[in-house]
Amino acid sequence: MKKYLFTSRAACYLVALIILLSLPRIISPYHLTLMETGLSMAIMALGLNLLLRYTGVLSFGHGAYFAVGAYAVGLLSMYLPEHFTFEKAMLAAIVVSALISALFGFVCVRHTKIFFSILTLALAMLLFAVLEKAYHITGGSDGIRIPIPPFFGHEFEGMRRFQFLCGPYYYIVVGIFAASTVLMLAIVNSPFGKALQATRDNELRAEMIGIRVKRYRWYAFVISGTFSGLSGGVWSFVNGHITPEISNWVFSGEIVYMVLLGGFMIFEGPIVGALLFTYMRLYAIATTEYWMLIIGATLIFLVLALPGGVTGGLYSLYNRLRPKRAQEAFRE
Amino acid sequence: MGLIYALNGLYFSAFLFLTALGLSIILGVMGILNLAHGSLYAIGGFVGAYLIGLMAQGNMTLTLVGALLGAVVAAGAVGFILETTLIRHMYKRALEYQLLITFGILMLIEDLIKLVFGGESRYASAPCDAMGSLDIMGHTYSVYSLFVMAMALAAGLLIWWLMVKTRLGIMLRAIEMDREMAQAMGIPMRSLTITAFVIGSALAGLAGALVVPTSPAVLGMGMDPLIMAFIVVVIGGLGSLRGALLGSLIVGLTRSFTIAYFAELEMPLLFLIAVVILIIRPQGLFGQK
Repeated sequence: MKKYLFTSRAACYLVALIILLSLPRIISPYHLTLMETGLSMAIMALGLNLLLRYTGVLSFGHGAYFAVGAYAVGLLSMYLPEHFTFEKAMLAAIVVSALISALFGFVCVRHTKIFFSILTLALAMLLFAVLEKAYHITGGSDGIRIPIPPFFGHEFEGMRRFQFLCGPYYYIVVGIFAASTVLMLAIVNSPFGKALQATRDNELRAEMIGIRVKRYRWYAFVISGTFSGLSGGVWSFVNGHITPEISNWVFSGEIVYMVLLGGFMIFEGPIVGALLFTYMRLYAIATTEYWMLIIGATLIFLVLALPGGVTGGLYSLYNRLRPKRAQEAFRE
Repeated sequence: MGLIYALNGLYFSAFLFLTALGLSIILGVMGILNLAHGSLYAIGGFVGAYLIGLMAQGNMTLTLVGALLGAVVAAGAVGFILETTLIRHMYKRALEYQLLITFGILMLIEDLIKLVFGGESRYASAPCDAMGSLDIMGHTYSVYSLFVMAMALAAGLLIWWLMVKTRLGIMLRAIEMDREMAQAMGIPMRSLTITAFVIGSALAGLAGALVVPTSPAVLGMGMDPLIMAFIVVVIGGLGSLRGALLGSLIVGLTRSFTIAYFAELEMPLLFLIAVVILIIRPQGLFGQK
């Protein structure tokens, strides 16, 4: 325990948490809601990175589990309004996304490389098509409006959405985000996380030393999908409205973009990427009609010139500036 | 009505076949799933619509031929530029980078089209109107649709001839089978991968140009064909000509008949077929593992 409490990483987290908690006093309410979007996306990016970085498979359909989480919340508010509280909504998002990712993951983990990506993409599109066409149940392409929920018996009745988002909800999002980050850090550093990395590095060798590769990959898939579902649930309140578009492969592509933008080789990279992407996209949309040009060109530049993402770039810059011997010692 | 639905299905299949064939060739020869394939289709569509609008007064046959050729050349040229500047750096990179760069290209081209052609839809129905319609067993059916099918068939035969009978095709198939071995045998990889990418892009451009006489060129027109072509390739098998043909027939006919009888089921059913095939036979019906 001591080992984890007094490291430089723990100190950085504490500072980051303090900054996050003091943000409502610093930035405008508008940027605060943007921050909420970014933080909820960060939870999903962490989930995706468990598959990409630690398991070595690329899901190009992670929007599906995000959508499952969001729709669990939406459908709960539509069909069981008497049970519609924040804690039950989160529980629904987690449980349903865990179930769906267990089902989808069960078939996906049998494949690797491009087949895995194609299968996850196809499954996400299947869900997209169902959500869009099952008009009578899901509201089709109009989507579902998400009302403000009561939180542990506390009613926010009469509060406007904007007030709710800038006030209490921000702290809830930060809390969930912080808990998810710590949980994910624990997962990747656990024996389970190390076993996953072993399956990534050499599937055959991992199998030979007794790791049940497919089963471990499946567990990772379920954890990753559940993080995405939680993220979707948290985000649904921020956005206040959900549509099937979040299960479309384009959104899934954006999630991969976020992870890459932040840099997937460093644990915190996806968080940085999700926040950066949220801001970058908004500024691009606000400044020009041709925002996709900017986003697309940035992505191409990133792939060609900065494959380690922002954090990877900073890390190698930092490495170049420090003395040689320390470099050797720091290497993983 | 069954006959008309079947014809409509074949008509869908024709577009799917052209788009999927290009996607499949690129995937087979280079191992890259080109998410920007729909954008090349859109380029073909916009260029085709522009040229038809430009030459609307002249001889309709000439206009159509000119528009199709122009679209094919434009899409091929863009494909050439993409391959030689961006994609060529990707062959040795990890899967996530390969997918993301084509995703970036997709966004880039989408806005470039907006920049060049403006945001409004372009109508170019002249060739379709000029061809009129004919009577098939008591139903009127547009001649243009039959023309599209013929074009798809011709393009398919041409590609088949190219892949099976010519030296170029044999070398391309060799790369598909075993990249390293092909390289060791002295096959010029660079020029051949460029050729394959250009052929694939040109096919997408042709499909895009063929569609504009029946539905206007709009922004984002490449998204649906991309995902449909993707389903076809998944069903038929990666990098297989027969697979692309059979896959597009399955998807086209399924689509036409479900639209006619249970419109709601169309998209879910197609993705369900794709998922089931991926699960039981990930290499597709005709693909090699």
